[in-house]
Amino acid sequence: MTTTQTRPPAPATEPAAAEPAARPVRVLGFRQNLSRWDLKLSPYLYISPFFVMFAIVGLFPIGYTAVISLMDWDLVRNSGEFIGFDQYVWILQNPQFWTALRNTFSIFVLSSVPQLIVAIFIAAMLDRNIRAKTFWRMSVLVPFVMAPVAVALIFSNMFGDVHGLVNGVLTDLGLPAVPWHKDPFWSHVAIATMVNFRWTGYNTLILLAAMQAIPRDYYEAATVDGAGAFRQFVHITLPSLKATLIFVIITSTIGGLQIFDEPRMFDNTGEGGPAQQWLTITLFLYNIGWGEWNFGRAAALAWILFLIIILIGLINLAVTRTLVRDEGTRAPKAGKKQKGVRA
Amino acid sequence: MLSRRTKAIAALAGAASFALIATGCAAGDDSASDDGGPIELTVATFNNFGYTDELLQEYMDEHPNVTVVHNVAAESGDARANYFQKLGKGGLADVEAVEIDWFAEAMQYSDLLAEAPDSVKGRWLDWKEAAATDADGRLIGFGTDIGPQGICYRADLFESAGLPSDRESVADLFDGDWEHFLDVADQYREATGKPMIDSANSVLQGIVNQIEYTYTEPDGTVIATENPEIADAYQLVTERAIPNSAYSGQWSDDWFASMANGEFATMLCPGWMLGVISGSAADVEGWDIADVFPNGGGNWGGSYLTVPADGENVEAALELADWLTSPETQMKAFANAGTFPSQLEALEGDELASATNEYFNDAPSGEILSNRAAAVSVAPYKDADYFKYHDALQNAVNRVFDGSEDEQSSWDTWVAEVEAF
Repeated sequence: MTTTQTRPPAPATEPAAAEPAARPVRVLGFRQNLSRWDLKLSPYLYISPFFVMFAIVGLFPIGYTAVISLMDWDLVRNSGEFIGFDQYVWILQNPQFWTALRNTFSIFVLSSVPQLIVAIFIAAMLDRNIRAKTFWRMSVLVPFVMAPVAVALIFSNMFGDVHGLVNGVLTDLGLPAVPWHKDPFWSHVAIATMVNFRWTGYNTLILLAAMQAIPRDYYEAATVDGAGAFRQFVHITLPSLKATLIFVIITSTIGGLQIFDEPRMFDNTGEGGPAQQWLTITLFLYNIGWGEWNFGRAAALAWILFLIIILIGLINLAVTRTLVRDEGTRAPKAGKKQKGVRA
Repeated sequence: MLSRRTKAIAALAGAASFALIATGCAAGDDSASDDGGPIELTVATFNNFGYTDELLQEYMDEHPNVTVVHNVAAESGDARANYFQKLGKGGLADVEAVEIDWFAEAMQYSDLLAEAPDSVKGRWLDWKEAAATDADGRLIGFGTDIGPQGICYRADLFESAGLPSDRESVADLFDGDWEHFLDVADQYREATGKPMIDSANSVLQGIVNQIEYTYTEPDGTVIATENPEIADAYQLVTERAIPNSAYSGQWSDDWFASMANGEFATMLCPGWMLGVISGSAADVEGWDIADVFPNGGGNWGGSYLTVPADGENVEAALELADWLTSPETQMKAFANAGTFPSQLEALEGDELASATNEYFNDAPSGEILSNRAAAVSVAPYKDADYFKYHDALQNAVNRVFDGSEDEQSSWDTWVAEVEAF
């Protein structure tokens, strides 16, 4: 505003002399403007592809889902009738939804807890001075490379009630066969096993990277003070891993809430069991959307799941803030160079 | 976890390749296939319709300007998902196969499907054709096969249980209603200590397919939970079929393993089941098929071909569907895959009457299944919601079989589920 007001008077007062002087000024001014715009706009321009893409494939579908969730939607004719929040009410009143919520959390706890304990243990072993380090480190990641559906197919076969490998071994040992596809708890154990098989190695590598960033001086000092390997692990390694552990827990929480392939492939119908023993939220969503073609209800459930994830994200954030308050004192990452000294 | 993303990518890739194929057939004009211009037609089926490359080549030889591309989905569920995602929006094959289980859902959108020419009317069994005719009298499905059921049994196991084992005596043995069928099952169990039937839900399927109005009536009234026939069927299955069944439902890994091990003595057998048994239990000997079915006849399964009205070459596609479902072509498909014809002319022909099945002890399968087809007296009314109700009732039986719930509480759960629909 100010520039446009001050500039016009200049040529008017001194027409003859100003002509040659004004011209370069104007050109300079344009260039200046250009470079000012460049300075101001370019950063936004450079990051815009991500946000444009996000708006198209992220924001728009979320909004459109919200619209569909308020309508009785016909997928084939691509049209619907507005019915308000009826479908949200239907889902919240449906006992299958609450069973699915229970199952989702049960499978999440049964997978995440043992997975983290085992991952920390393996990472601690790999952090030691062992032969063929790269080989062992690569080996823990091999299950992660396998296609999830392939993992689910193989494990579902092993967990067969009658002809499965696991029950075969159990009955040979004189133990009773486990009702993998009948009892909710055991079906959750079977599904959690598939999740653990795939994700333990992945978390191991993340934790291993964090462990290697711990300055080796701490361990040296502790050794001098006479602390044993276990005490060093509890008092040096674990506290230093806090930030990484929180990251791993958050990612596995989000993943755990969206667990789908394993329960879907757990039996031939893929509907989560006759008594909804292993029906998870995403599987329930799939059954409604792609089994009954009721996209209105499926969209409403998608939004409920979205809100649940946001809620848990907020809880995670609050917990993280209180736990990581003293993380600023983390030592500089000079530890790696001194690794050889300690060994 | 990340896994669901992989699945989505796979689905996308599948959809993309499908779209590529579908758009590839836009080469021709809208005229019928004999008008000259080169045309590419796509046919989408699932499982095994018996449409071999040689069979399709015959059509291409007769119509030199037509190229037929055949896409086969692994199972009917995949085809169903694809069908309803693209119906009315473009991208479907020129000729799409639809299974009877979800045919009623497709009938809701009969206005989006091309009408079959008058010349083919009367080609099929009355009930097969009536089910594909909408309220406006438009015939939109070309019937392919039907599933008349006989009883498959293991002659060697019957013999060791002290039961008759030759085809005719077994037909006499089972002649009667469902109560009688289960009496024989009790007898088998007393003699051997083992269940006779492969699955309890196949018995439910058999009974329900003999009831005209099961869960809904044509005017839209839901009768599912009040229908005494359904309540009786449920009671009979839970009280008497479950103790006599090895499994609750079919198609699980365990069920296939037991089949391959030769553990089942009896199965309810539509024509296409013969191929399932000989395919998954190739090493088992002793299977045979008897010309009998509890309570008369029953049909289980069968398919239609449909032509989406928004295709590029609707006329040519109708012509191809006409040819594929002609009695002559269907007999070739029957020879290839055991898909039992629904066409009157094929049913009366000598070729069918003389067909035998080597795996089933050289049984005259054509003649037996023809008799079974003639015994079918009820065409069950199945609307778009049929699948949903029946699936929930099957789960009720599963729960009783698994011991998750007792007979009454499992029924109550089903009633609550039906009310929630």
